[in-house]
Amino acid sequence: MGFQTNFSKVDGLGSSKEGTHHWWMQRLSAVALIPLSLLFVYTFMQILGSGYQEFVDTYSNLGNAIVAILFLIVAFFHLRLGLQVVIEDYVHSKTWKVLLLIVNALFCWGLMGVGVISIARIAFGFVG
Amino acid sequence: MVELRLPKNSRIKAGKEWPNPASSDNIRKFRVYRWDPDTADNPRLDTYHVDMDDCGPMVLDAIIKIKNEIDPTLTFRRSCREGICGSCAMNIDGENTLACIKGVDEIKGDVKIYPLPHMEVVKDLVPDLTHFYAQHEAVMPWLSTQTSNPGTEWKQSPEDRKKLDGLYECVMCACCSTSCPSYWWNGDRYLGPAALLHAYRWIIDSRDEGTGKRLDELEDPFRLYRCHTIMNCSKTCPKGLNPAKAIAEVKKLMVERTI
Repeated sequence: MGFQTNFSKVDGLGSSKEGTHHWWMQRLSAVALIPLSLLFVYTFMQILGSGYQEFVDTYSNLGNAIVAILFLIVAFFHLRLGLQVVIEDYVHSKTWKVLLLIVNALFCWGLMGVGVISIARIAFGFVG
Repeated sequence: MVELRLPKNSRIKAGKEWPNPASSDNIRKFRVYRWDPDTADNPRLDTYHVDMDDCGPMVLDAIIKIKNEIDPTLTFRRSCREGICGSCAMNIDGENTLACIKGVDEIKGDVKIYPLPHMEVVKDLVPDLTHFYAQHEAVMPWLSTQTSNPGTEWKQSPEDRKKLDGLYECVMCACCSTSCPSYWWNGDRYLGPAALLHAYRWIIDSRDEGTGKRLDELEDPFRLYRCHTIMNCSKTCPKGLNPAKAIAEVKKLMVERTI
């Protein structure tokens, strides 16, 4: 309880003057994902169920590799922004919130890195 | 934090069933949330029977009749009884609305009445709105100017005045904010649809000179960006306003000044 006034509770630590960039990037990446995910899934469906060599051949093609890499970058970027919102919405313990935000960043940047490097290795002919 | 169950002392128990006068065949059952801060008891749901042949058509008419004739301890706010003061906002038949403009005949079966959701309860159907009012104050709901006052009045063209339609009508009943899940989970920091609608009402007022400062004050992941366009606010507004759209317009202005 205490004797803090209602206005002071609402004002809190003041406005952080940010959030717009996060919101705008989430919208832009969502729009970018419409063509990218369609192209990526379309290519992937063509070779789904086929063998190792077909996958290597497909992603040795520069166009396919570029689509896949762009898709992975934008998708994991978008995922990180989205999960951050979920964490901010539902996790109110300060310790847990900071921990989960760090885990979220490591998870998304990590998977993005693994995916991008893997496709790049195929595209640049290090594999197959 | 998101709470899936009510705290132990807030769980609603079966309450008293008040006698049925059986005076006519037009009896409606009202199941009303009761909680008395002066006892240690949990909230309960009392059942009242109201003869609708001898009662006005609105839910507010019925609960006034209950208070006058059946149970004078039933506590609720009311004033204008015509949807302009916003006092009698409550959760009726699962939806936040004003009891004075909600017809009993719009409701099928028992009429279930609870206080506005996820607010602290003062007593029975009276929620504590002090934080909600402070949030309204925080968006500076008044004309802010730098230029010295004109000799007569601050002039506004009819077109600019039109932009305030659908915003100025808000009566601050709190139906929208208390229907918003983001406000439930983060109401301490998220300003909520009502306060943000009022903020936008002054942001687009052509006479106002504080637009930039107003946007500065709103730009915050919690104050503004907890709105995820859930739209409960617009669905529930008893005045038919669209707070979700007002918030979307604020977000558009935020982007507009960066690109």
